[in-house]
Amino acid sequence: MTFINYAAREINCKIVYYGPGLGGKTTNIQHIYDKSNAGAKGKLISLATETDRTLFFDFLPLELGAIRGFKTRFHLYTVPGQVFYDASRKLILKGVDGVVFVADSQEARMDANAESIHNLKENLSQNGYDLNRVPYVLQVNKRDLPSAMPLEVLVPPLRVKDEPVFEAVAVKGRGVFDTLKAIIRLVMLDLKNR
Amino acid sequence: MSVSDLVILEGDHARFVEILDRLLRDANAKLVFLVDKNGQQIASSGDLRGLDATSLGSLTAGNVAATDGLAKLIGEKEFSILFHEGETDNLHINVVGGRTILVVMFDERSSLGLVRLRVKKATAELAAVFEEVAVRSEAHKASVLGASPFGEITDEDIDALFG
Repeated sequence: MTFINYAAREINCKIVYYGPGLGGKTTNIQHIYDKSNAGAKGKLISLATETDRTLFFDFLPLELGAIRGFKTRFHLYTVPGQVFYDASRKLILKGVDGVVFVADSQEARMDANAESIHNLKENLSQNGYDLNRVPYVLQVNKRDLPSAMPLEVLVPPLRVKDEPVFEAVAVKGRGVFDTLKAIIRLVMLDLKNR
Repeated sequence: MSVSDLVILEGDHARFVEILDRLLRDANAKLVFLVDKNGQQIASSGDLRGLDATSLGSLTAGNVAATDGLAKLIGEKEFSILFHEGETDNLHINVVGGRTILVVMFDERSSLGLVRLRVKKATAELAAVFEEVAVRSEAHKASVLGASPFGEITDEDIDALFG
């Protein structure tokens, strides 16, 4: 749910990074945090376990320029990817404006990718959303690994609609901002079309 | 999208702030703020300096959402009040009108009893304003604000965001 504050002339949008465990969702947010200007970003909050696995969510507020006189702020969240944190994932999707799915390119993780997409659809629908109508971007991460599958094998089974697809190596920052820009563009266009 | 958008006009905002200001005084609190269930801050009163308001909002919402989840698990509709006690500062958190969250931060100059009493009154007032906002938005949907300023967004506007 986009939050438009006419008094403060601000527009706030919520973007959620979804995907299987250890896929690189937190790494995406961490890179955005590291590379953003101090003035544009807020604190990065990471509710993680002792072993740095996301427990509840990571949260990064990001302020971009103004659009039509309204300040734009994007609240980036990640979900915990591990299967047994499903209740938390459902909560975090509440009020979402756009979803980035971070898929793991390794063949061994294909089942986990597919299961996570299925889980995303289900959790969105329980929150009253339809993935086919929610702004959505697919990022295929870990492209640098020798075990990464070729795109033409990896992408087709992961597609849910005509979403933009980006290759990424999140640990090195490759593709991270391209993905972010794409989802922001889709969220803004969605706002326009409402 | 199926979820209705929350649009707050300047007049509504002023009313929220007025209620929060009064609550701050009456409860002898340090800080009072109102966020929606997604963690977006709507209004505040008191000294926010040195505090990260955005993170406060997001964590509060996460906290309430998690507690809601707990309530449902044991068959409760919701836990409408959360209280966190610290060494010096305490947080009183409660849900207003099912849609927003009121947070009161206070120290030893106040007490839980006083805060609860004052919050109860403020909650009813805030809920009434929200009800009005919701009814009005529903009745006039588009016309409340005239044409949306975002209807005319161009690709160039979006590109400009990234500098």
